[in-house]
Amino acid sequence: MKYVDEFRDGTLARGLAESIRRAADTGRDYAFMEFCGGHTHAIFRYGIPALLPDSVRMVHGPGCPVCVLPIGRIDMAIELAARPEVILCSYGDMLRVPGSQRTSLIKAKAAGADVRMVYSCLDALKIAQENPDREVVFFAIGFETTTPPTAAAIRQAGTLGLENFSVFCNHVLTPAAIGNILESPQVRELGSVPLDGFVGPAHVSTVIGSQPYEYFAEEYRKPVVIAGFEPLDVLQAIRMLVDQVNRGEARVENEFSRAVTRDGNPKAKALVAEVFEMRRVFEWRGLGEVPYSALRIKQAYAAFDAERRFDLEPRKGRENPACECPAILRGLKQPQECKLFAKACTPENPLGSCMVSSEGACAAHYTYGRHRAA
Amino acid sequence: MCLAIPAQVEALLDDDMARVNLGGVSKEISLALVDGVGVGDYVIVHVGYALNRIDAQEAERTLALFAEMAAAGEGSA
Ligand code: SF4
Repeated sequence: MKYVDEFRDGTLARGLAESIRRAADTGRDYAFMEFCGGHTHAIFRYGIPALLPDSVRMVHGPGCPVCVLPIGRIDMAIELAARPEVILCSYGDMLRVPGSQRTSLIKAKAAGADVRMVYSCLDALKIAQENPDREVVFFAIGFETTTPPTAAAIRQAGTLGLENFSVFCNHVLTPAAIGNILESPQVRELGSVPLDGFVGPAHVSTVIGSQPYEYFAEEYRKPVVIAGFEPLDVLQAIRMLVDQVNRGEARVENEFSRAVTRDGNPKAKALVAEVFEMRRVFEWRGLGEVPYSALRIKQAYAAFDAERRFDLEPRKGRENPACECPAILRGLKQPQECKLFAKACTPENPLGSCMVSSEGACAAHYTYGRHRAA
Repeated sequence: MCLAIPAQVEALLDDDMARVNLGGVSKEISLALVDGVGVGDYVIVHVGYALNRIDAQEAERTLALFAEMAAAGEGSA
């Protein structure tokens, strides 16, 4: 496949790995966070840790939308789905995620709730058109990649005059989460973030551009290299980060220039700004309450806001206190250091956010770590 | 979840929709979030929407850079 295969070439990968090894042969250690779950996935799938020298360590960030959604919001979705008039449409990844008391959307469906898996919010719109006597709610989750499609769907619902379509909005913002990682009390206690730089998001950046990361480079003196999701992209970005650290620089660089510009996608950004506004605070699994880190639907589109329409009360789920996700997501601990890892907590029975989807740090370690040991 | 795939636009359809080829599979997606995409262009598709167009020249430049870095890596290994 064009723009895929040539970015996975094994010979080039080994050559790039060798160039990293030489550049990183300075006697110091390097720790880089890949923010995105998509990068975490690529790093494990293509065995990148094995290609890297011991001095370069990758820390897996919170950039998996399924993992960071708090239990309380899943409980709210399950509550919505239980209403007899509601058809709840959700991306497939969300169906198995456990809420409180071991419930999940898939279990709610088995118990009779009308829960439908959709590939796109366009499918949810279609379901609403086909079922005028039902209330169709789209369970919207995700970062800046899924937000513009949701905004487009809401606007289209307005144009079509659909009165039985609404959105349960859980969209979150990448820069706010990066800021939280760099600012957290745990990090302040230790005096410094044990991170030397960031591999910046691929597809999120196609929308928001590279400009929003400039603040982190300047304010926190951390280099950011935006990278595509293919293995060669990731290796090249690591090489660029090592070079910046070696030169004592902290700049935003863009490895993914085939799809990312400094300003991103203005049309998508304008649409998001028209439909959504900031929430003052939003809870992230693993990070806790993060100010101005999520979006809600603006008053002008209130008719399409499921939270208003169904008078949903906020719910609070309880996390397992032994879960080390907060430390793992900040690069302070590794999954294996959690007492529950691979014992009580597995991908079949996740107890914390990092185990929830295959893009989470603990799940990736669990799945690929074993394969490699075997 | 965020894994979006490059797809080639095969035909422009009504209502800002397009037919694309996703690795041999034909699919209908929305072009509502992008401007000026034409037949033959590659776009990054995510949850049924094109998020952006892929810049062919920049892709070539990046691949050339890989080759250069990799050659440098091998050369002095
Ligand atoms: S193994 Fe499970 S409980 Fe432990 S940190 Fe990871 S997700 Fe949390």
